[in-house]
Amino acid sequence: MKRICQRPESLTDVQMHYCPGCTHGIIHRLVAEALDELGIREDAIGIASVGCSVFAYNYFNCDMQQAAHGRAPAVATGIKRVLPDRVVFTYQGDGDLASIGVAEIVHAAARGESITVIFVNNAIYGMTSGQMAPTTLLGQKTTTTPRGRTVQDNGYPIRMSELLATLDGTAYIERVSTHDPRHVLQAGRAIKKAFAAQLHGKGFALVEVLSTCSVNWGMSPQEALDWLRDNMVPYYPLGVYKDASVKEGEAHD
Amino acid sequence: MAKVLMKGNEALAEAAIRAGCRAFYGYPITPQNEVPNYMARHLPERGGVYLQAESEVAAINMVYGAAGAGVRVMTSSSSPGLSLKMEGISYIAAAELPCVIVNVMRCGPGLGGIHPSQGDYFQAVKGGGHGDYRLLVLAPGSVQEMADLTFEAFDLADKWRNPVMILADGLLGQMMEPVEFGDKEPQVVEKPWATTGARGRKPNIINTLDIVPESLEKRNYALAEKYGRMGEAETRWQEYKTADADLIVTAYGTSARVARSAVDMARKEGLRVGLIRPISLWPFPQAPFALLADGLRQFLVVEMSMGQMVEDVRLAVNGRGSVHFYNRLGGMVPTPRDVLAEIRKVLGGGGGQ
Repeated sequence: MKRICQRPESLTDVQMHYCPGCTHGIIHRLVAEALDELGIREDAIGIASVGCSVFAYNYFNCDMQQAAHGRAPAVATGIKRVLPDRVVFTYQGDGDLASIGVAEIVHAAARGESITVIFVNNAIYGMTSGQMAPTTLLGQKTTTTPRGRTVQDNGYPIRMSELLATLDGTAYIERVSTHDPRHVLQAGRAIKKAFAAQLHGKGFALVEVLSTCSVNWGMSPQEALDWLRDNMVPYYPLGVYKDASVKEGEAHD
Repeated sequence: MAKVLMKGNEALAEAAIRAGCRAFYGYPITPQNEVPNYMARHLPERGGVYLQAESEVAAINMVYGAAGAGVRVMTSSSSPGLSLKMEGISYIAAAELPCVIVNVMRCGPGLGGIHPSQGDYFQAVKGGGHGDYRLLVLAPGSVQEMADLTFEAFDLADKWRNPVMILADGLLGQMMEPVEFGDKEPQVVEKPWATTGARGRKPNIINTLDIVPESLEKRNYALAEKYGRMGEAETRWQEYKTADADLIVTAYGTSARVARSAVDMARKEGLRVGLIRPISLWPFPQAPFALLADGLRQFLVVEMSMGQMVEDVRLAVNGRGSVHFYNRLGGMVPTPRDVLAEIRKVLGGGGGQ
């Protein structure tokens, strides 16, 4: 009998801790498939960050370091500079990358560090019980914005892909989504491209993956996917924001 | 090799390169700037990586990454910068990653001033970052020791898989003295635990998270056991004219240089005074105090702080002798004459604190 689907070699055979309906598991698989398809599992060093994906060091079947909150790009820089022929990636959430770790991600991008960043944006702090994230949408209710996020109190959600794409050091930036199979497949292609950019020495590559948190959003998994499509995608438009292999002016699909 | 005249900060940097330091991540702050400047000039041409980080926070996390990747790595800063590094230092200690961290102390608290101080003793030897951990803390007392202890710090860091701190001060960093580097070769240490890519082996994981209390307690006890062995093996100090002394002056770093001159001046006056200079601040050298504190001798601690090491001296003396204290603050350095006056005062009578 021919096997047509199996666990990627780059994922370990352990049960993940993620909540029902969470898309981290899908995104982990996409990263693992990219490592497998590019044949770089044994060259890869991943950085797990702080947040729901902190245990990523147990799930990826490659060398891993766990970093302090927000510092994954600095840890990745420290490794990549001394091991330039290895493949170094970070896996960070929105609190980690877009709040406490803004300095580290901006400067890693500005330096054009040859690393790959998987940025999972689900517009909430999941691990700590659903507080407002820097990417929480206006009007969105969280445990720290119980009446909904307001401009007056909390300002505006940050669009990190757009912000980072303005930096000359970035080589590849794309925002993708996980709300249906077609978009999941596109997310997989983007993640593979972001690793390929590192292999070809193009510079800093980041894929922002829009993701759900049905438990802290207070929705069923299907409602959460629909909410992502109807609310997050309009504020965080999908597409390629930077591609060093594409001429200027053609950056957006 | 002949002696060369160098600034303390530059001697420290040169010694680090000779010790096999292959990555330096730092951020500018006075009075340690000669360290990154020297590294930027010389480290790349000698096969290493120099990178100016965006902050002290980023720098120490770059150290975490490179140390985890198995490379000899160093960062250097001064007091306010060390406060920023404390989060990363706690992680590095918890992950048992070898690296060297330099603090060329300036005066505080807050932004303070840029002149020498010893106000970061507590931060260096009592924790500083969160959680239970220890750094091996070495305090040089000359430009030669800035070089020698830094060279040795890399071997010690690898030996114990622990961060080692060089606790210097602005005066030691800025002053020039003749220094000799010798031709000692750094030790080469296998690091099978390093994250270098899992080529033909199982993945290595560098991690400090453990949410199962039973398991984390085991890890904490294992660290405590290691710190116990470090404490027994790595204590170092220097004694000067202590055998017949009625009064033992105790000081480290710049204060110890001043104190030694004061001891010589006192001896010329016929006063029987000696000096204990702790070189390892953690582990603190308890042994010479335990031996010399016989109930008759008195002790005088000289520090450029409000009184920090004096607490460890009191613990070591353990009530078997009066412990007196003299200090200068705010970047003021005590003079030998000041300390001599204090020696006369103590030996002229009056009880200890």
